Amino acid sequence: MTDTAPVLEVRDLHVSFPTRTGVVRAVDGVSFSLARGLTTCVVGESGSGKSVTARSILQIVDTPGRITGGQILFHRKDGSTLDLAAMDPRGRAIRDLRGDEIAMIFQEPMSSLSPVHKVGDQVGEAVRLHLGLSRRQARERAIDLLASVEIPDPHRAVDRYTFEFSGGMRQRVMIAMALACDPAVLIADEPTTALDVTTQAEILDLIGRLQQQRGMTVMFITHDMGVVAEIAHDVVVMERGKVRESGPVRSLFASPRDAYTRMLLGNVTKLERPSDIRLKRVEPPVPPPPILRIENLSMVFPIVKGIMRRKVGEVRAVDGVTLEVRPGETLGIVGESGSGKTSLGRCILRVTDPTGGAIHYRREDGTEIDLAKAEGEALRAARREIRMVFQDPFASLNPRMTVAQIVGEPLLVNGLARGAELRDRVSALLERVGIEPGWAERYPHAFSGGQRQRICIARALALKPRVIVADEATAALDVSLRARMLDLLLDLQDELNLAYVFISHDISVIRYMCDRVAVMHRGKVVETGEATQVCDNPTHAYTKALLSAVPRPDPEARRIHLRHRYVAAAE
Amino acid sequence: MNAIQPGAAAPTEPHAIDRTAAASQWRLMWWNFRRHKLAMAGGIIVLLLYVVALVPDFLATTDPGKQNARAVFHPPQMIRLIETTEDGWRIRPHVQAMRLTRDRVTLAPTFTPDPSRKIYLGFFVEGYEYELLGLFTTSIHLFGPENPRESVFLFGADRLGRDVYSRMMKAAQTSLFIGLIGVFLSLVIGLILGGISGYYGGRTDFVIQRVIEFVLSLPTIPIWLALGAALPQGWPPERIYLCITIILSLVGWAQLARVVRGRFLSLRTEDFVTAARLDGASEKRIIFRHMLPSFASHIIASITLAIPAMILAETALSFLGLGLQPPVISWGVLLREAQNIRSIATAPWLFAPGGAVVVAVLALNFLGDGLRDAADPYQK
Repeated sequence: MTDTAPVLEVRDLHVSFPTRTGVVRAVDGVSFSLARGLTTCVVGESGSGKSVTARSILQIVDTPGRITGGQILFHRKDGSTLDLAAMDPRGRAIRDLRGDEIAMIFQEPMSSLSPVHKVGDQVGEAVRLHLGLSRRQARERAIDLLASVEIPDPHRAVDRYTFEFSGGMRQRVMIAMALACDPAVLIADEPTTALDVTTQAEILDLIGRLQQQRGMTVMFITHDMGVVAEIAHDVVVMERGKVRESGPVRSLFASPRDAYTRMLLGNVTKLERPSDIRLKRVEPPVPPPPILRIENLSMVFPIVKGIMRRKVGEVRAVDGVTLEVRPGETLGIVGESGSGKTSLGRCILRVTDPTGGAIHYRREDGTEIDLAKAEGEALRAARREIRMVFQDPFASLNPRMTVAQIVGEPLLVNGLARGAELRDRVSALLERVGIEPGWAERYPHAFSGGQRQRICIARALALKPRVIVADEATAALDVSLRARMLDLLLDLQDELNLAYVFISHDISVIRYMCDRVAVMHRGKVVETGEATQVCDNPTHAYTKALLSAVPRPDPEARRIHLRHRYVAAAE
Repeated sequence: MNAIQPGAAAPTEPHAIDRTAAASQWRLMWWNFRRHKLAMAGGIIVLLLYVVALVPDFLATTDPGKQNARAVFHPPQMIRLIETTEDGWRIRPHVQAMRLTRDRVTLAPTFTPDPSRKIYLGFFVEGYEYELLGLFTTSIHLFGPENPRESVFLFGADRLGRDVYSRMMKAAQTSLFIGLIGVFLSLVIGLILGGISGYYGGRTDFVIQRVIEFVLSLPTIPIWLALGAALPQGWPPERIYLCITIILSLVGWAQLARVVRGRFLSLRTEDFVTAARLDGASEKRIIFRHMLPSFASHIIASITLAIPAMILAETALSFLGLGLQPPVISWGVLLREAQNIRSIATAPWLFAPGGAVVVAVLALNFLGDGLRDAADPYQK
């Protein structure tokens, strides 16, 4: 650990949640300290207790959670020491501390800001409460703060509402609020997880700069090892409510002592290069004809206004996209939110109808069909051969059906199997994706996110498809599960000669998984090419900006602040 | 991030996961519901009330229509379980008989306890004849005076000497079933219109929504009064009963239609519904196999909350004399007896049916609240 005096010490903290089935120890004997003026990253997968730890510092653990033991010692600037764990969660003492000496920013800038108050009033509220400033003074302070978080034109921004801001701008407003009283400690709970990589890079930069200017202590909670490598001085690794390892970032990355840390880092570095499974493949000498040819596809949403439904404008979600998918290959579609990649995937399966262009699908017998115009039985037949895996494994399985019913549904409704045969085929499918067939009678709520995604894959495979459209299929999973899920998909590809359209915002996943990549930006494909070539030597300026904003898990090569910036040409 | 999710939480007991793993939505709902003590109590009371509604005559002690000039405004009698005589005491339920005396000057009747006479009560005693569940004729009652010629007034008697307790039992049948039938009719209309509205959307949805808003904007009491008054007096009581239920449900369906439409709209965009569509499931299967089970529980909860409104509406209409007409007995009809100050002053027990309404409405509301909270076991 660094030798500066700690500003906050957590000693043997216990937080537990009573549930119907027993007491869940979300935080189970956690100890660490935050060095003054440095950034400490708390890293862990979902359920590791990192958020609960952060929330218990400010005594804002969600009910029914309760601090059941331990100390949280806060050493103030004047030399006095407070034990935050012993304070009454609703008491005056902790309220005076919140936002004044210790401030917090949250993951969701959308829900953490009030939609009905002006930005300036929200930022000004903290200073008026804690410093007792007048309205006018608070407004001046709010403008200063908005300027310090680099919001353009703060004099006008102060009178706007939050819905007029983008996600990144809202997160800046949140930071401005947190900084309002010059806190000694800033706790950031996954502040960039909901943001795009380029926006994330901006926010990380900003937090780093503010920390240096103000000598603030930052506790940064994240699941992303890349972010840790990019910003941390010290790291605390948590798993299942316990601290597995802590130490300075360089030594931790260079020589992790704990097996769990090694596993985390291993999974992250594994995704830094193409998969071994893929490298072992032999290229066919003559490339086969494409199975999907997307030609000049567009999908336009009209913007209507008023009760007369007058069209006042349009959103080009997909704007003249031309792509090819060959049998047995993986085409990656990468882009930030709003780039139209999900709309593109949904158009291929006709979940939404495209408004122009064509999607030529080449059937097994060599005939072609235009999916953009197919109807009735032709569309149903095509949907049996082109399947989809959704992003959210919690929403895409009907919670009221057993796993056997869910996986068997496509076989049953298409009249392909019933009775004992259906049961056998479902068992075989479950076994193939690594789910115990004996669990077939269980309901989805009994499975974890990773297992659910495997069930989704089993359902997609049930009809022996030729193409699978996977829309952010691994985005909801923890890193340790992500690599295994990708390996499963690659194995299945080898076995069944599947073609994947793999939609993702995550460059490392794309590099690991895909043969070719198309980069989307505002509905258009800006660059296509071999995955290695696009990921290592991008030609388009947007791709360069996107790639350079991805945090790399290497604390020796911090480079986010050196990234390219892309400014779209005015339309 | 959510640190704790119901499914992902690490349970401490291993057999607990196995039990939840294979639990269907109804079982999960039941587990949630069971923790709601007030709702459980409400549920038990509702169950008892509907048992009463099924076999009112079995529980009654006296023919609810029988008039008795010697028992006008007879006060309630308390059941005593233990009888003390000179030889000691024994368990023998009985009530104290009352003697009617008249003031010589004013002729005002007064009832005084008659210590010499006791009316013994027994279980499964012979009484008046009735049809049990409409199946067969019997004269066995759960309890009553051992001597069929004697009568007992647990909640007193009204101005014609009829037994209020027996009449309340009989009235429960009418009042509780009018709620059930009325809600059933509302549900049919609400499901069809709400379903069409939510499923097709667009212009159809727009029209149906405006109709619902119109129906909801109608002032209910005057409409009921007008429609109730429009029913010809000469109609047989059964037909009036049917018409009253239809009138009540004409207004009740709008709320249910809104609930159904809302669920349809939110489910239509769920990933698992899209997945079912991509699986090749037909529209019928998507609606009945995937969407309906997801909101069936919500609908049951809304129905349970709609029944008390129906009961109250019927009571109000009948109380004002525009709903059900004697000889049909409902709680509202019984409460008409308590309309003037004189009867309240002389016979406050005539309010007993009002107590029954309160108990029924409260129990149904508690049950409905509990069901609503338990309705979606997958949400945190």
